[in-house]
Amino acid sequence: MGEVADPEVPVLTIADLGVLRGVRREGDEVVVTITPTYSGCPAMDVIRHEVELTLQALQVDGRVETVLSPAWTTDWMSEEGKAKLTEYGIAPPTGQRAVGGPISLSLTIRCPLCGSPDTTELSRFGSTSCKSLWRCNSCREPFDHFKAI
Amino acid sequence: MNDLFTYTLRLGDDALIAAQRTAEWIAAAPQLEEDVALGNIGLDQLGQARTLLQYAGQLEGAGRSEDDLAYFRDERDFLNLQLCELPSGDFAHTIARLLYFATYQHLLYEELRGSADETLAGVAGKAVKEVAYHVDHATQWVLRLGDGTEVSHLRMQAGLDAMWPYTAEMFASDELVRRLPVAVDPSKLQDEWSRRVTEVIDESTCTRPTSSYQHSGGREGRHTEHLGYLLAELQHVARSHPGASW
Repeated sequence: MGEVADPEVPVLTIADLGVLRGVRREGDEVVVTITPTYSGCPAMDVIRHEVELTLQALQVDGRVETVLSPAWTTDWMSEEGKAKLTEYGIAPPTGQRAVGGPISLSLTIRCPLCGSPDTTELSRFGSTSCKSLWRCNSCREPFDHFKAI
Repeated sequence: MNDLFTYTLRLGDDALIAAQRTAEWIAAAPQLEEDVALGNIGLDQLGQARTLLQYAGQLEGAGRSEDDLAYFRDERDFLNLQLCELPSGDFAHTIARLLYFATYQHLLYEELRGSADETLAGVAGKAVKEVAYHVDHATQWVLRLGDGTEVSHLRMQAGLDAMWPYTAEMFASDELVRRLPVAVDPSKLQDEWSRRVTEVIDESTCTRPTSSYQHSGGREGRHTEHLGYLLAELQHVARSHPGASW
């Protein structure tokens, strides 16, 4: 089950992401619990479908449950997941939130391509809900950052 | 009608109508990054709306799905705040609304996280983190436009003024929220909302509006003339082809 990939960032599995919350047995049925990264994440329907297909392929009777609480956080992303993200060209979450504290902070994110810390945030909202858009001032390449939430 | 159903519908309708208005900016925002930002904000709001309307459907127990509630109700059955349905107007109008609405939603969801209703608390716990980004986005724009050029300042002020008469409705308490223990009485959020919004407006060099007349009625299904047009656009495909899927 942990091998189901995120359709938006295919190098990550739902286990790496922390979207897969648990697998339990209820009588003759297997219940797989998943949680969305963002309320409106359009990948959830695909993930649910993929999990169902995996259950079918394993010839297991089961169903998928979506839970909202506790709310997903980037802290649940595995270290392996973070390493895979960097390799894929997306700067992983830092563990520090850009907003929500008493003051808005500007944090330096390291460029996943050349490693330079000299980067600029172009937009707090990127190609998907979970990412922001950055540019590296050293290698001049734009890149995505998986923002902490 | 059951109180929890009505309360959940209010929150869901706010999110749905706000999402529809926000999404209108996709491909029409002042810059590409802003298309993406408002698209993402609208998607967060839509995600909240879907969970809330789905839950409302369960609570009602009449077999209505989230889609039935979104597409097959008429204007008078919608319980959203009038602020959410106002036309997007000038970009500064949209930003003013986002500042007012997201600051309110943030305070509301912070409180609702502690609700004894597990689903409402779950939605709130998730949404509060998303809405923090919405508040931040609106704040950055109010500061940039208000403290920008002479023209941007005038337009930001006009946006803040135009949306202001629809803000008191967010904090109107009524019998329902007072007798429903899992609900948050919005009147207790007003002081902190006012403090936060005033701080941003002051810093932007704009002036906090002081209009005394305030509109209301959304929670009872009384709306501005604009909601009908919004619903026509939102609902017409689903109503022309009921049950269609693709």
